[in-house]
Amino acid sequence: MNRPSKIVRTIASITFPFIVVFGLYVVMHGHLTPGGGFQGGAVVASGFALLVVAFGTREVVRKIKEKHLSILESLGALAFISLAFAGITVTFFYNSLAGSGGLFGEIPKYGSNPGNMNTGGFLPLMNLSVGLKVIAGLSAVVLALALISLKGGEKK
Amino acid sequence: MRKAVATIFFIAFLLAFFISVSPWFMRPFGEPADTRMDDYIIKNAQNETGANNAVTSVVFDYRGFDTLGEATVLFTAVAGVVLVLRRYVHE
Repeated sequence: MNRPSKIVRTIASITFPFIVVFGLYVVMHGHLTPGGGFQGGAVVASGFALLVVAFGTREVVRKIKEKHLSILESLGALAFISLAFAGITVTFFYNSLAGSGGLFGEIPKYGSNPGNMNTGGFLPLMNLSVGLKVIAGLSAVVLALALISLKGGEKK
Repeated sequence: MRKAVATIFFIAFLLAFFISVSPWFMRPFGEPADTRMDDYIIKNAQNETGANNAVTSVVFDYRGFDTLGEATVLFTAVAGVVLVLRRYVHE
């Protein structure tokens, strides 16, 4: 398997941090702007796919193991469910952190406003956990498909 | 065999008929039959969840169960991919 050229690798290593930052921005601002955990996670996972394409599967596998991605995905799912259970005193998925005045506990003014990061109650935390889950899950899928192409190429 | 083909054609014909006739029986666009839920969410979403993005407050708060199912779908998909390709994934 011949590697991509130096141009591709350089451009990929330059753009990868920007892709990750943009994806994390979409995840973190899910309660203020369009987007959220699923969309931002997909953006970061596409950056991971760019790494796999540019640097080759072998080099990426040396750094990131599929096992760790699966563990991260399960952690995200557990965080999501435990956040849902955190409001169990009222109902499942009750947003007991909204308006409490603490972390993410402010209430914005009614109507259109520029937005405040410190609002939303459990919503930003749920966005983060879902984002972690989507990042790890889609990266695991990309890595698995890249590995099958690698091994399949070796057998021929 | 011929019976099965005839049944399939009959069902397809029925579907095509209903789809082509349905526009005359639809409500006009932008006039839902009941807007109580929409009005409630537009009015109270910011106050109740504190989030400016009402869509996120619906997805993660009012309809949290739906998102839980969505996350389960993703989890199942990833588990299936890794299970099918485990011979390649785990060396």
